[in-house]
Amino acid sequence: MTITSSRITEAEINELISKLHALLPEARRSTRRASAAKLLKETCSYIMSLHREVDDLSDRLSLLITNMDVTSSQAEIIRSLLR
Amino acid sequence: MNRKNYTHPNPNPNYTSNNSMQSLHFIQALARINRAASKPTTPSCRTKQIRHAAYSSMAYTSGSRRKWSRALLIRLRQRQRLRARRLLTVRRRVRIVTPAMSLPEEPARAETLRRLVPGGRSMEYCNLLEEAADYVQCLRTQVQLMQSLVDAFSS
Repeated sequence: MTITSSRITEAEINELISKLHALLPEARRSTRRASAAKLLKETCSYIMSLHREVDDLSDRLSLLITNMDVTSSQAEIIRSLLR
Repeated sequence: MNRKNYTHPNPNPNYTSNNSMQSLHFIQALARINRAASKPTTPSCRTKQIRHAAYSSMAYTSGSRRKWSRALLIRLRQRQRLRARRLLTVRRRVRIVTPAMSLPEEPARAETLRRLVPGGRSMEYCNLLEEAADYVQCLRTQVQLMQSLVDAFSS
């Protein structure tokens, strides 16, 4: 995006904020337009919950991949993920 | 910004080429961790390795295109080097804080967002919002990928 003056326009910021709004999952999106501050707060808590999910899933994966003999069905699932 | 959405004969429209790259990178990392598991590793050590692989895959897929991925790659390599030299003993290390480039009218909540997005401290507010959106998308993809793998290996 081009910055024509040193001041970022309000419209550009609003556009970016609505883009962030669109990324939030349904549960976190409020039906009416939320203020920018509330949206940022929701985005922060969403990012934190995603970090926690990564930690939790890493934990579960570490238990599952020990002594892993990949069966043919699992190989198929992995192949489909990579397609 | 349509670099992720070129037309591709993809039976699954939810996956783009970037997603495939991310999946491939992560699965290869998992395979490496699994092979190295012949050496005695504690479960918590393996969890950390997997977590490291997850953020690595995210960062490598976006590569040098994004500020957050560049910052994340630097952070991951620093941690790897410190861990190899067994210097990573404290969880929170002192880091040199560059003064945040906050405009006077931006809400105070942006401070938290700056901490959450890698490299966010030195971004302008406008870039921070853009980077945050990309970071969230990448995180979501990674979580979906890991959930699919957990489901696959649990059955």
